[in-house]
Amino acid sequence: MMKDMQKPERSKSIFRFAAPQMFYPLAGKLAPWFAGIAAVLAAAGMWLGFFVAPTDAVQGEVYRVIYIHVAAAWMSMFVYLVMAFWSFVGLVMNTRLSFIMSQALAPTGAMFCFVALWTGALWGKPTWGAYWVWDARLTSQLLLLFLYLGFMALTRAIEDPRRADKAGAIIALVGAVNVPIIYFSVKWWNTLHQGASVSLNKAPSMATTMLTGMLVMALAAWAYTIAVTLWRVRSLILERERHTDWVAAELNALEGKI
Amino acid sequence: MSRALGPFAAVLGRDLLLAWRGRADVLVTLAFFVVVVCLFPFGVGAEPNQLRAIAPGVLWVAALLSTLLSLHRLFAQDHADGTLEQLLLTPEPTVLWVVAKISAHWIATGLPLVVVAPGLALLFDVEQGALGVLVLSLALGTPILALLGAVGAALTLGLRGGGMLLALLVLPLFVPVLIFGAGAVDAYLSGVGAQAHLLLLGGGLLATLALAPLACAAALRIAVE
Repeated sequence: MMKDMQKPERSKSIFRFAAPQMFYPLAGKLAPWFAGIAAVLAAAGMWLGFFVAPTDAVQGEVYRVIYIHVAAAWMSMFVYLVMAFWSFVGLVMNTRLSFIMSQALAPTGAMFCFVALWTGALWGKPTWGAYWVWDARLTSQLLLLFLYLGFMALTRAIEDPRRADKAGAIIALVGAVNVPIIYFSVKWWNTLHQGASVSLNKAPSMATTMLTGMLVMALAAWAYTIAVTLWRVRSLILERERHTDWVAAELNALEGKI
Repeated sequence: MSRALGPFAAVLGRDLLLAWRGRADVLVTLAFFVVVVCLFPFGVGAEPNQLRAIAPGVLWVAALLSTLLSLHRLFAQDHADGTLEQLLLTPEPTVLWVVAKISAHWIATGLPLVVVAPGLALLFDVEQGALGVLVLSLALGTPILALLGAVGAALTLGLRGGGMLLALLVLPLFVPVLIFGAGAVDAYLSGVGAQAHLLLLGGGLLATLALAPLACAAALRIAVE
């Protein structure tokens, strides 16, 4: 049975990359590019943020943590959505790669979540006078971190990969349904965080260079996430498919290089 | 109608009978609730005004923790002796008997908390008028906890260290219930009126009743596969 699967037909459809064996080399080719883009954008964003952007009239220099804080906070929320999306695709289409994707995304999302909380604490101390306040956005960010940790703990605790995939997908979807509920319940409960500084339907309340710096940093976070996720997908694929011939050949080739 | 109710009533009756036969286990959950609530005055001091202020939160957190502790029993026994597999093989819709099991679980572990809570609230010198709101908020909120917790219990079925994992999975999901449950009593005491909070809890109950059993049934099928 395994023999038949070793030589997939050379189909032109983009869906051929849903097969782990096809995706593995593609991810290997793409990841260094995204890593390079991330490095360039991060350097440009840091330069804009720390040297070009003006000092904030109210908060002084300390506001510059925004260039890391906001990018990390956006990314942490977005990654959860993408994770839930791949979980949904995996449950509906029963594609192994989708589950691998969502599991590869989780550690990066959790990392960004933690970075957002950490930089937020450092920012909060000089501006609000406290490292932590029980404000709606901080609290929901903290709960989002718990959701990430729960997802990772569950998928690691189950030994059978098929069960781990599906159980993880269910908890990711349950979490995604709950994220807006958690956000609004906490918002009604308590609010102190400044209103969103960036909005599409009203004039931005910040200087253009500040905004540019922030958006460049956000793009850097995107590129970083894609690069790291692709690398993690590669190692997950090798782990899952270790019994197949193509992985053995791949590993032999790698050993030959070393 | 009666065809759908048949299996529902059968599973409900069976689980209630099992709970009755093992009532020591059920009483432990209740005792845990009482002991946790009574610990707080030792920790924060017995100053009446402070106790009155923290009472709704303390009762709600204690209810949440005792629900959590009883959750692993929801499917574990049936999983161990193969009943769960047999139930999944029956032609009856999974969601139907899942709801029956969760209902029986709530009647055995959640309902006693609701009944005992006003007595404990008196230990914290809570205003008597607020007791009704407290009972109502718990009666609407603890079924939500049982329904959400059932999804976590099904996902962690038969895993090593399942208890801690279950806590990590479901406690973040419990937060909105805690906010509106404890908030209902606080709103009543501050004179705003608890109606908005209670309506939100009721809406939340209906939404979880519609969605959680589906996720729970899917999780059970994955666990037994």
